[in-house]
Amino acid sequence: MQAIRLAGVLVVIAGFVLKKDTLATIVAAGLVTGLVSGMSAGEILNTLGSAFLSQRIATLFVLTLPAIGLCERFGLRDKATDFISRLKSATTGRVVLFYLVIRAFASAFSLRVGGHPQFVRPLVAPMALGAAQARFAPLSEDTEDKIKGLCAAADNYGNFFAQNCFMGASGTLLIVTTLTEQGFAVDPLHIAAASIPAAIAAVLCGAAYCLLFDRKLKAGAAQ
Amino acid sequence: MSIPDILAEIFYILIGGLFFLTGLAALRGERSRQRTGTALFWFILAFTFVAGPWLPAAVTGVCIVILAVLTALGMVRPCSPGSPPASETRRNADRFGFRVVLPAAALAVTAVVAATFLPFGASNAIGISALFALIFALVLFRVPAGEIPRAATHDGVRLIDNIGPVGILPQVLAALGALFTAAGVGEVISSAVSSVIPQDSRLAAVAVYCIGMALFTVIMGNGYAAFSVITAGIGIPFVIAQGGNPVVVGALGLTAGYCGTLVTPMAANFNIMPAALLEMRDKYGVIKTQAPVAAALLAIHIVLMYFLAF
Repeated sequence: MQAIRLAGVLVVIAGFVLKKDTLATIVAAGLVTGLVSGMSAGEILNTLGSAFLSQRIATLFVLTLPAIGLCERFGLRDKATDFISRLKSATTGRVVLFYLVIRAFASAFSLRVGGHPQFVRPLVAPMALGAAQARFAPLSEDTEDKIKGLCAAADNYGNFFAQNCFMGASGTLLIVTTLTEQGFAVDPLHIAAASIPAAIAAVLCGAAYCLLFDRKLKAGAAQ
Repeated sequence: MSIPDILAEIFYILIGGLFFLTGLAALRGERSRQRTGTALFWFILAFTFVAGPWLPAAVTGVCIVILAVLTALGMVRPCSPGSPPASETRRNADRFGFRVVLPAAALAVTAVVAATFLPFGASNAIGISALFALIFALVLFRVPAGEIPRAATHDGVRLIDNIGPVGILPQVLAALGALFTAAGVGEVISSAVSSVIPQDSRLAAVAVYCIGMALFTVIMGNGYAAFSVITAGIGIPFVIAQGGNPVVVGALGLTAGYCGTLVTPMAANFNIMPAALLEMRDKYGVIKTQAPVAAALLAIHIVLMYFLAF
């Protein structure tokens, strides 16, 4: 009866399919997994609590919000729109494409330039929206949502697929430790080099999508 | 405790303080009928950030369960005032001009500088740059001394309240991963999957490994957790055992998993939180944008691994 251990995975799937509250679904999945594999309530709560505390790094972005919120109050979005309105040649797709390339390069050199709260919300999204507004105003709510999605996605492409090109990236070191433990001695420099093709592929795919998006915007406005 | 650890604890205490203020704002808020539940959520979260490390871990465990119950019952809602009025931001924009981008730029630049030149680690560099950018903004915008405490926190609290409970999902997912590992969930999955791969087919093995990485990442919301499980279960016994270069298999294996990250609501900090942060109407809007690119990238990973690893 090994399969009973998968009960937690089922809880996660069921929670998302039934559109239950995400936080509650994950916590329930953790509790169920612990219970079916014979952990005591104390052990489950201990594991849950210590992992939560050791991963507080994941919530560190909260500290950047006061500065970002203040910049927004003092007109960051207004000025980004002003700026783009003057740049006649920058289209929405090209703004996002430009950001994607910068994000990928920064990520490959382990520079933390980018991020949804730090860059996409205060800078990239207002610029991309501004570019579309300058050409095709007024924008439908649906179009606005799609532009925001494009901006958020560009950050993810650049971030995910380029970060392992850096030797000291946590993903690179995870690959090294996992393979070494299993008896395959690999070193971080080679893993970083082997990560380059995927990074290039991600930038090219993202870039193609951005340029296609510009065409769709234009076609939509022409109708 | 080492200096970087002390510094990290100070940043977590500051985050706890912001969560506490978010709870206070909820109590005073007029927008929601769920003031008590919302305030309780943020107060308990603040407690875990500040006091958690000094108490038995099970206390934090209990707190997480209570947080989950509060959100499950729909008792946590945005309570603080909305965005600053357009008239105010326009007036400020005309007064300060393009100088308004300087604190945002300072945030990025000081993070890089602090990570590179200060001996406190990359994560502390984020905290250092956040404080620097805030002080810089307060000076640049000539906020009067008497208004500094409010100006320094008010808009941060507004954004925390907007993002809501999904802001802490990454942390809760890490806790779930720890329970999965303790329970041996990975071994069960890989032994089941390994029975369906045809013998001696390199392409099938590569495809099952890459797709397995992506699928497991979709379920877990975490490429790292998927990597250790699926590489031990499929990558090594089926791809590397047939002569695949471990370096290439490992490197492309992890990024194949990231194709799954692009399409899973479980990767909340990359897919759901940004949708909330950008005030998108569809909370799955980011995932929908990424889905076609993710599918193309997964196919490219299979092709790259097949040709580069052998």
